[in-house]
Amino acid sequence: MAELKRTPFYDYHVKSNAKMVDFAGWEMPLLYRGIIDEHHHTRTKASIFDVSHMGRLKFTGKQAEAFLQKICTRNLAKGSVGQSMYSLVCNESGGVLDDVIVSRFDSHFLMVCNASNREKLLAWFNQHMQGLNVSLEDETASSAMVAIQGPKVVELLDSVLPEPLSDIKRYHFDTQRYMMIIKYTLFRSGYTGEDGAEIILGNSAASMAMGYLLKTDGENSLLKPAGLGARDTLRMEAGMPLYGHELSEQGDPLSAGLGWAVDLTKDFIGADALRKISAAGLKQKLVGLVLDTPRAARQGFNVLQGGNTIGTVTSGCLSPTLKKSIAMAYVNADASALGTNLQVDLRGTAVNATVTALPFYKRPK
Amino acid sequence: MAAPADRKYASTHEWHKTEGDVVVIGITQHAVDELTDITFVELPAAGKKISAGASFGEIESVKATSELYSGIAGEIVASNAALKDDPSLVNQDPYGKGWLVKVKPANPAELDALMSADQYNAKHG
Repeated sequence: MAELKRTPFYDYHVKSNAKMVDFAGWEMPLLYRGIIDEHHHTRTKASIFDVSHMGRLKFTGKQAEAFLQKICTRNLAKGSVGQSMYSLVCNESGGVLDDVIVSRFDSHFLMVCNASNREKLLAWFNQHMQGLNVSLEDETASSAMVAIQGPKVVELLDSVLPEPLSDIKRYHFDTQRYMMIIKYTLFRSGYTGEDGAEIILGNSAASMAMGYLLKTDGENSLLKPAGLGARDTLRMEAGMPLYGHELSEQGDPLSAGLGWAVDLTKDFIGADALRKISAAGLKQKLVGLVLDTPRAARQGFNVLQGGNTIGTVTSGCLSPTLKKSIAMAYVNADASALGTNLQVDLRGTAVNATVTALPFYKRPK
Repeated sequence: MAAPADRKYASTHEWHKTEGDVVVIGITQHAVDELTDITFVELPAAGKKISAGASFGEIESVKATSELYSGIAGEIVASNAALKDDPSLVNQDPYGKGWLVKVKPANPAELDALMSADQYNAKHG
């Protein structure tokens, strides 16, 4: 078995007694204190997640933007320097290769992609870069990334960073220096439905930065670590898709409800196929379901209407914040209207489920 | 936390403790650590007959759902009703308050075939 990769924070996770698991070939923390505890802490205070396993790809060159426009569904021209944009990368059939965030810097672009798709994307990009004035550098191994999420994050980071997070708008970023030495990029974004930041910095500064941020003041620390288990329940409540569940090469972004991240007037790989899919009308749509049960639905469970299978669950959990069984599922378009009553086959029992708007949870203003 | 010496263990992580003429069944700390936060437990009604090596219920956590297996054949005498309101009792006290079912064994000698605490701890300590 190939050895698992480790992030710059591995020693910290082990010292903190995190339960480590294999995620996309990386040895990552599933939890520290407990998934539900970490979930609640994120929704009420502030959690820090190690997300260094995600791919960080740097694009430079005169045709870097033209290349990214060719492979991304989103119209990146609409983003200014200092802005991040969510996009899909599709194959020629309109199937989703990954969902990514592309950030425009002064003289380069940075793409953050899923850990599980990094190598696939590198091969895809190298194939489609031929003949274009663009260079691709994989910065994953030389950098670290953390997500700091929760209602107390803005005030916390405002008090410790040289320049306030409050000054950065949502889905925008800034590159700063701590004590003039440690360079880091601060993004006002996240995958939990809470306010907060994602920070990218060099490997060598990583453990120092973590130690600094986590200066504990005992059991009631404002900022606590959280693992991949809570990351999953948080994003599910926020109705956010996860590659391998809501997104895959077998599905298109339009059926996933991500048409807002697809510019069909632009030419990109997969645009023709997506225009045809759009014109024909979507056969299936991704919906949110709230189930009448204390149990969780899981990926692969059938969704029924009048005894007929009309869909499949892509993700499900017992929502720690809402205390309801929630799920996302693809269902036939004619069963996707809000309020539609369906059933989910939950391990042999048909449980009632109602089509509900996403996100399930919205942070209070 | 080492598995206590006063009971026997199935390879599927269920402990079996003799209390008079019933055998109490629960899951080990090791199993609880793998499952993480438990959110629901599906247990059989009193009177149900169960077989050795067969599933008698399901335990659901934030992470996943697992089957519960009995190491012995017998008849369910009681299921832990407290778990309906508070499944986290299994996380808090897997060897005590988090017990799952009480079984009248069909053949008490079947317990001898299960692992001792030492054997279980050697495998999963």
